[in-house]
Amino acid sequence: MHDRHLKQMFWGAGIVFVLVGVWGWYVRLTQGHLDTDYGSLIPWGLWVASYIYFIGLSAGSFLISALVYVFGVKRFEAIGRTALFAALVTLMLALLAIWADLGHMGRSWHVLAYPNFKSPMAWMIWLYGAYFLLLAVELWFLIRRDLVNGGRGSGWKARVYRVLALGSQEDSDVSVAHDRRVVRVLATIGVPVAIMFHGGVGALFGVVAARPAWNSGLFPILFLLSALASGGALLVLVTAVFQDGWRRNRDTVVALGRLVLGLLLLDVLFQVSEYLIAGYGNVPGHVAGLKLIFTGPYWWVFWGWQLALGTAIPIALLAARRTRNDPRFVSLAGLLIAVGFIGLRLNIVIPALASEEVTGLAEAVASPRLSTEYFPSLSEWALTVGIVGLGLLLFGLGEKLLPQQKEDPVDVRP
Amino acid sequence: MWDLWPCPISLCLVTMASMQRSIGASPTAIDGGGDSRRWSRRELIDHLGLVGAGALAASMGGGLVGVLGHAAPAAASTGATSSGVNRKFRYGMVIDTRRCVGCKACVVACKAENKTPPGVNYTVVVEDTRDNPDDKPLFLTKPCFHCENPPCTDVCPVSATFKREQDGIVVIDYDRCIGCRYCITACPYGARTFDFGESYPAIEEETAWARVPSPEYRQYRARQHETSPIGNVRKCTFCLHLQDEEGRYNKAAGRWPACAKTCTGHAIFFGDFQDPNSEVSLLLRERQAIRLKEELGTEPNVYYLL
Repeated sequence: MHDRHLKQMFWGAGIVFVLVGVWGWYVRLTQGHLDTDYGSLIPWGLWVASYIYFIGLSAGSFLISALVYVFGVKRFEAIGRTALFAALVTLMLALLAIWADLGHMGRSWHVLAYPNFKSPMAWMIWLYGAYFLLLAVELWFLIRRDLVNGGRGSGWKARVYRVLALGSQEDSDVSVAHDRRVVRVLATIGVPVAIMFHGGVGALFGVVAARPAWNSGLFPILFLLSALASGGALLVLVTAVFQDGWRRNRDTVVALGRLVLGLLLLDVLFQVSEYLIAGYGNVPGHVAGLKLIFTGPYWWVFWGWQLALGTAIPIALLAARRTRNDPRFVSLAGLLIAVGFIGLRLNIVIPALASEEVTGLAEAVASPRLSTEYFPSLSEWALTVGIVGLGLLLFGLGEKLLPQQKEDPVDVRP
Repeated sequence: MWDLWPCPISLCLVTMASMQRSIGASPTAIDGGGDSRRWSRRELIDHLGLVGAGALAASMGGGLVGVLGHAAPAAASTGATSSGVNRKFRYGMVIDTRRCVGCKACVVACKAENKTPPGVNYTVVVEDTRDNPDDKPLFLTKPCFHCENPPCTDVCPVSATFKREQDGIVVIDYDRCIGCRYCITACPYGARTFDFGESYPAIEEETAWARVPSPEYRQYRARQHETSPIGNVRKCTFCLHLQDEEGRYNKAAGRWPACAKTCTGHAIFFGDFQDPNSEVSLLLRERQAIRLKEELGTEPNVYYLL
């Protein structure tokens, strides 16, 4: 397939998805939560699952970019900027998804004004704020000279660059070396921040003793590993489609594939550990969640989506000698993991909630809001698809507007 | 449960509290803690550092301890009213499952009192389905338990839900709650429901019913599109809008939680556990009561008699 076609598909999908999303957002903004399908027994649904999915992509992409900017891994230099940009975009998507999920969207500022630091959720939001600023500043220092250079000419793009350069005129190599030092410091600060906030998302679920299937010390670690695996997969995909495409980024794509394989295997190890311990422990509440995952009405989310599509096939593609060095197959594996991990996120959020806290609760009152059944409503899907579409468009715009990686000086070490 | 607490600690708390009162110290948590019953596990742990030395001394006189441990509630109940303590009441319920016939009058009374919309229930009656259809069914009417250690309040990112200092009732500030529903996931008893915005037909069709406000929290909110409490988490308040200025209920005057007031089988007993002569305290002393999911350490204030 030609690179141009890939990009056209990307843009086409982005536009269609956003149009679908406009309807979803319209329903959400005019009717509130009336058209959602979750209830008070399963209070979190697709939006929360997509939120942890996107935030995982962000943390994963950022941590992989840190390989370049903190640890100086030369092999991944070509994707440093892309990774950082991906982290910024997916962070915005995550915040959009969780914003839509709030009962009162207009009160999101309450978390900043009246934080309760006993709550993992308050910590998370504050860390997101710090992380957002850090990402934006780091990215700016990374592309500052290109903005200065690009702003010299005339035309709309130069004008955009001049605005984005924020008045900076310096384009000497000395100034770039200075930029690099700043980037290195920021990236170094960012690593613990990313580990804290994403481990924190795991903790947000892990601390809930009322839901035995969440209440595991493995959760923060599991979240970080899933983040790294899915973030890496996203970067494979983005590298293959954008900039010069998979033909020119061949070595990077293949190397990233190896990294993703390792991370994915580690993630599987932790998941198996979680399932085995819970299964053998045989504590009713814990086992109920597992049974729903493996044999519940949505068994195919685990066996088909998460396991086959998101784990087994990609592992085969990334490990087999015939496919692991072919950037097309590696990119396909990246796509499968990126899509398959949505299933994983759904299985984290929903089955653990889908058993009654007290036996008989679902039958006590005849109400669809007090049910252990949940399948996202059409508008829930639409809104989520819209967020994905916005992500695709932002990636496209980023590629069109932002200076490209190839103008980077080769040596990133100060 | 309270009997399990090492008595040296309660003894020493009582001693310290009375010492503080006698020297006229300002009202503090310790001052209010003369009654060992009022101490939650967490508070105890917080203050262990303070009382460590006292506990050591007290533990030497093991024989005295048991007597004083039991005597403490009566001794402290006077202190609770005279000194400016934070905690004046510990409201709770004792529910006699053998008196419950599963008529669900409590569910309806609660709806009528609090004007809750469809899908929002402050109390429900769950039925434990038996394997043998000839067995007597077990009904469990289940309001919010207003736990001593509520797991729902700690997780709220904006402190919109909290346990009231004066009477231990767990409440929600509708104007602060952002509707994230984290507290629903954290409640082990399914006591919280989200108000999605559905209304009963009489209200949707804008009949006179639509203008009747809910007396909840004495805020008198009428049901309006996209306005709190729509988009908020809601829960049982022990009908606290029926309290007088001092925070007391009055059964004879009808100012009593709607479910307990209406219960056809007199299965729901409501009252102040801090008052040793209240109906609920008597029942706890005389009967064997259980609480749900003790293993989580939430210490519910609703007990069941089996």
